[in-house]
Amino acid sequence: MKTLKEAKCGQTVKVAKIHGEGAVKRRIMDMGITKNTEIYIRKVAPLGDPVEVTVRGYELSLRKADAEMVEVQ
Amino acid sequence: MKVKIALAGNPNSGKTTLFNALTGSNQFVGNWPGVTVEKKEGKIKGYTAKGEEAVLVDLPGIYSLSPYTLEEVVSRNFLISEKPDAIINIIDGTNLERNLYLTTQLTELGIPVIAAVNMMDLVRKNGEELNIERLAKDIGCKVVEISALKGEGIDQLAQRAVAIAKSGKNVQPAHRFEGCVEHAIAHIEEAVTGHVDASMERWYAVKLFERDKKVQESLKLDKVTLDHIEEDILSCEKEMDDDAESIITGERYNYIGSIIEDCYKKRVKEQMSVSDKIDRIVTNRFLALPIFALVMFAVYYVSVTTVGNFLTDWTNDTLFGEWIIPAARSGLEAIGCAEWLTGLLVDGIISGVGAVLGFVPQMLVLFLFLAFLEGCGYMARIAFIMDRIFRKFGLSGKSFIPMLIGIGCGVPGVMASRTIENDRDRKMTIMTTTFIPCGAKLPIIALIAGALFDGAPWVAPSAYFVGIAAIVCSGIILKKTKMFAGDPAPFVMELPAYHLPTVENVLRSTWERGWSFIKKAGTIILLSTIFVWFAQSFGFEGGSFGMVEDMDHSILAAIGSAIAWIFTPLGWGDWKAAVAAITGLVAKENVVGTFGILYGFGEVAEDGAEIWGSLAGSFTQAAAYSFLVFNLLCAPCFAAMGAIKREMNNIKWFWFAIGYQTILAYTVALCVYQIGTLATKGTFGIGTVVAFVLIVGFLYLLFRPYKERGGSYLER
Repeated sequence: MKTLKEAKCGQTVKVAKIHGEGAVKRRIMDMGITKNTEIYIRKVAPLGDPVEVTVRGYELSLRKADAEMVEVQ
Repeated sequence: MKVKIALAGNPNSGKTTLFNALTGSNQFVGNWPGVTVEKKEGKIKGYTAKGEEAVLVDLPGIYSLSPYTLEEVVSRNFLISEKPDAIINIIDGTNLERNLYLTTQLTELGIPVIAAVNMMDLVRKNGEELNIERLAKDIGCKVVEISALKGEGIDQLAQRAVAIAKSGKNVQPAHRFEGCVEHAIAHIEEAVTGHVDASMERWYAVKLFERDKKVQESLKLDKVTLDHIEEDILSCEKEMDDDAESIITGERYNYIGSIIEDCYKKRVKEQMSVSDKIDRIVTNRFLALPIFALVMFAVYYVSVTTVGNFLTDWTNDTLFGEWIIPAARSGLEAIGCAEWLTGLLVDGIISGVGAVLGFVPQMLVLFLFLAFLEGCGYMARIAFIMDRIFRKFGLSGKSFIPMLIGIGCGVPGVMASRTIENDRDRKMTIMTTTFIPCGAKLPIIALIAGALFDGAPWVAPSAYFVGIAAIVCSGIILKKTKMFAGDPAPFVMELPAYHLPTVENVLRSTWERGWSFIKKAGTIILLSTIFVWFAQSFGFEGGSFGMVEDMDHSILAAIGSAIAWIFTPLGWGDWKAAVAAITGLVAKENVVGTFGILYGFGEVAEDGAEIWGSLAGSFTQAAAYSFLVFNLLCAPCFAAMGAIKREMNNIKWFWFAIGYQTILAYTVALCVYQIGTLATKGTFGIGTVVAFVLIVGFLYLLFRPYKERGGSYLER
């Protein structure tokens, strides 16, 4: 299983499934990361975490620990 | 006719600008009941007279109406229970998809909605096209194009919003979900009919389908109905292979995806926007930290070291010190006012007012910076850059600014925590910011270093080290306590596009924050200054109560003697030290001056060089360092306490913060003294045992296991 955490900078990936439950999962989905959404990985913060991605035409940052919940193709 | 309209929308959608444009100066700022989330209300311009009135309530910036964050719960509680006559939903036209997600939830509430698509000037400039008629049809509510920044379409929006509010005609959400989801929702709607307002059936049905705990509790459905509903949900979940909450979220976005091509024409060629170019440099792997350091240096240098300091010194020393106070004193003396009354008015009240106002200029300069950093989008990047470090001890990346400003002065430092949206992170920041030795604590450090340690160069840096260690350890300990434990708010944060904030917005935000400091923090500062002045200048002398010449006879000295025993385990059970610590609550630099008076030297230099000898005589090195540590960590000065009270906005949290700081200070000072005495003199006693027990307890709190996730954010 490949997750958003492993995706490299500059890649565009497609969301397969969101794992986990509760507040964090809901928040990730509320922000537009849902099944079949395309995510472009823009950059990693200077200290290695969090990551910045483009989703639905805007910039979003999320921690790698949370990115791990997003399974991608 | 009086109507109430709610303004809802995503953060960074220009909501504040629109609110200001719609209401002008008719605003009232308060708080939502029971929580620290700010609530703004205003009267819509043009509808203030003529017997009709349109009140606009600004909801917090939200992305969704989920039950998980404070802002979202506050918003939906308001919408459900107060039922405004209409909702203005502001939508960022350059970010339609995510903004429409909230719209699909608002239209389900059974309240008339009007969508205001903002930043249309930018949309057009980018060469993109939006078909308003189609969008209106696709989302099922009226749509108006506006540019809040340029004031375009505002009047039209106001007119239409008031009109739909008066008409009372509900909107019907246009979006539909997948067949099996609609099927389940229809079933649930049937089950709740009669339990809820007819216009809100769909909203409740969708929420019950999501298994929204708060809605489940509020409806008090019987078990048979709930089981029935659960069956419907389960069969749908099985068919869709996902949990109900995710199904709904996914379905909403699917619907938006399906309509977006219908009404929105994107620019064919993707090119890098100005914002992208800025971001490429500002959060660049190598340049981000140096740029961050530079920005922080500029903020600190201007607001603390130069302009801010100059203004504060001028207010304190010139405006109050040279003009107002002497003038008031001579004026009162000229009219033959009683000495005690002059004292009360001048040394108590006017000095107290001065203590409040003295901070204001510096704070305004700082707030100006903060408003700009927030407005232009850099504040979100600060969180992005610093998150890695700060989240380890339960703080936000944005906690950096309060701590940095705290080096200069804890009062604006605490006030700067306002920029942290997350309630938990903000409270934690407020509690720990004043551990950083502020400018006023430097004289105490200089006094102790000079008197007991021969001016050793390690004393001052060690004070900062103690401060930072206190922040780090407190962060780790506190995040494991019941008050802070539970789910850390997910750091899933929008990085808004960079743009120049308007002058009006920056100034308004600066003023609002400054004013709230004067109003909310001012009272506590003033009252406590008056109290200490009174305790310091009154007492029993020569058998009668009155103003005392000698501070030794004052009430304060009596209080000091009465509580001195508390500090015996810390190595400085002398009443003079206790009194000095109390006057330190008015302003930390007073500690040195009080020692000067108590040792009979009168006025002393800032580092108290005159009393070094006396101090060395009554303190051991371990006791002196313990005194230093206690004064660094304990409850800060009254001004900072006022700021803490203002920012916590809750008396229980205020006392929790002050209590925690004082207990921590006491514990650390005790350990320093006891262990220090053991190391230097080999004295071993009950105190030493207590110190070791405290250290073990401290280490336990620090390293005890704790579960990072679980539980809803609001159940704490």
